[in-house]
Amino acid sequence: MSGLDQIFVWIGHRAAGWFPASVQPLVSAVLAIAGVMAVFGTCFALTTLAERKVLGRMQNRFGPNRVGPYGLLQPLADAVKMLTKEDIVPFSADKTLHFLAPLVLTVPVWLAFAVLPFGRNMSAINLDAGILFFFAVGSASELAVFMAGWSSQNKYSLVGAMRAIAQMISYEVPLVLSVVPVLMLAGSLELNDIVAAQGTYTFGGLARWNVFTPWGLAGLILFLIAATAESNRSPFDLPEGESEIIAGFLTEYSGFKYALFFLGEYLGLFAVTGLAVTLFLGGWHAPFQWLEWVPSWFWFAAKFGALIFLFIWVRATLPRLRLDQLLNFSWRFLVPLSLINLLVAAAWYWTGAWKFPVVAPIRWLLCAALIALPYHWLGRALRGAMPPPRKYIYAE
Amino acid sequence: MNGFGIIKGMIETARNFVGSYHDAQRLTTVQYPEQKLPPVENARTIPFLVFDGDDAMAGLRCTACVICEKECPPQCIYIVKDQVKKPDYVGKMQMQPKVFDIDISVCMSCGICVEVCPFDAIKMDQVFELSTGDRFGKLLLDKHQLAKPNDYFVKIHKTEASEIDVRREEDKRKAEAAAAAKAAAPKSPATPGAAK
Repeated sequence: MSGLDQIFVWIGHRAAGWFPASVQPLVSAVLAIAGVMAVFGTCFALTTLAERKVLGRMQNRFGPNRVGPYGLLQPLADAVKMLTKEDIVPFSADKTLHFLAPLVLTVPVWLAFAVLPFGRNMSAINLDAGILFFFAVGSASELAVFMAGWSSQNKYSLVGAMRAIAQMISYEVPLVLSVVPVLMLAGSLELNDIVAAQGTYTFGGLARWNVFTPWGLAGLILFLIAATAESNRSPFDLPEGESEIIAGFLTEYSGFKYALFFLGEYLGLFAVTGLAVTLFLGGWHAPFQWLEWVPSWFWFAAKFGALIFLFIWVRATLPRLRLDQLLNFSWRFLVPLSLINLLVAAAWYWTGAWKFPVVAPIRWLLCAALIALPYHWLGRALRGAMPPPRKYIYAE
Repeated sequence: MNGFGIIKGMIETARNFVGSYHDAQRLTTVQYPEQKLPPVENARTIPFLVFDGDDAMAGLRCTACVICEKECPPQCIYIVKDQVKKPDYVGKMQMQPKVFDIDISVCMSCGICVEVCPFDAIKMDQVFELSTGDRFGKLLLDKHQLAKPNDYFVKIHKTEASEIDVRREEDKRKAEAAAAAKAAAPKSPATPGAAK
């Protein structure tokens, strides 16, 4: 492989080589942590800017363009503002919990990055149960959100926290269930194995990513919807719904603690986006065989960026859901559909043994129909389950 | 089919995203400090005092009648009458303000002072870049800061100002005619005083 592909691995090895052998594992671990924190910290700053710019353009506005050329220094200005703001703790707040909540949100989210493979030989640790670890640390954010809402002693904070808990527990189920088919087909919980399973090519050089299979496509869409809800992003931003409950569980936070919540939310989004890339979009593999010469970390970054753009795009398009719509959508639509997706994955597995001419398109269409028809029926049932439009007696 | 509405909406936002880069019609934002919209004629912000001629204090139309001070709902106008009178545009001796202050941090831009003024002396301005770091000093405007020439008034409120100018010209001509008639009067025994 080319030197550029392994340049970060090489730099890490060289830097660790300067230290005595006894501390080398520690040094390389610290270097990996520093690298991940630097890259995704910068990514956070850039995403806040990109989000505002893209949202602006999608609403026919300019977006921030005052600080620096094209507004590029806006994250810096935001950081200065956040850090210099007064840190207010409400008089009746539970001071300890109020202080701990942003930390409890941010710290576990960083841990989730430990198992993601960012390129060839570029995952911080190779855990046997990497996915399990990822979801275990990821679910700590529920606790942090409820800590924030409860400790603030504010009705809006509490309402926001209750909404957040209802939403996050409901969407954790489809999030995990949509991942299961990938684990079934790859036969491993380790993310590097899952990437390796998608590393072969077919049909004259097209990659064998999971997203090109019916269950993979459905799984990716289910996963992205659930991930949007998990990271409290629009259209599932009920916990923070500004127009309804001020800022939800963030109401009583200001200054650096508020910034930490923001950081935690964006990092959570990055982590699930990285997982989506790894599980469904072939990780760091190139889409075509003749593009293999491009460094692997570039492919990861490109897919990652594309998914982040998709999240921003969705945010610019969809309005916020109501709470009953949100919960109905999860329990009556996403959960059954992700269970059915398991069956589709099983069907895909068993039809893999079929041997006759033009088997590939037939197999694909058969499995696609297995997920498309339930999609259609469940969607109609969901629409029937919704309460009828409210009638206003006095307003009309 | 389910979900197609979302795709339709996303196509719409994508069209905005791409269109805003090459279609100037879409980006209607005015980049304020660099670009400015021409002011609308009916726009009004805070009051100012109109004066005629070149000398602001000599030509001030205000006669210190204090009607505006009394009518001002937030009471942002403060007037002290001067002891010395000065001739107005038709040559009649009138009072003049010694102090005329407007606290523009209190002013609510209602324009009632303009409506009640019988001398067309106070009118609404269109300046709006009034922010300052000196909250107590710079926001209390005295009569020197408030006085602006009639030309400026004509410039910002053309319709209203030219109407007033025509009326004042008419008054002036009448007054001059009356003065000329008065100058001619001693020869005729019209007035009772002269008859005695």
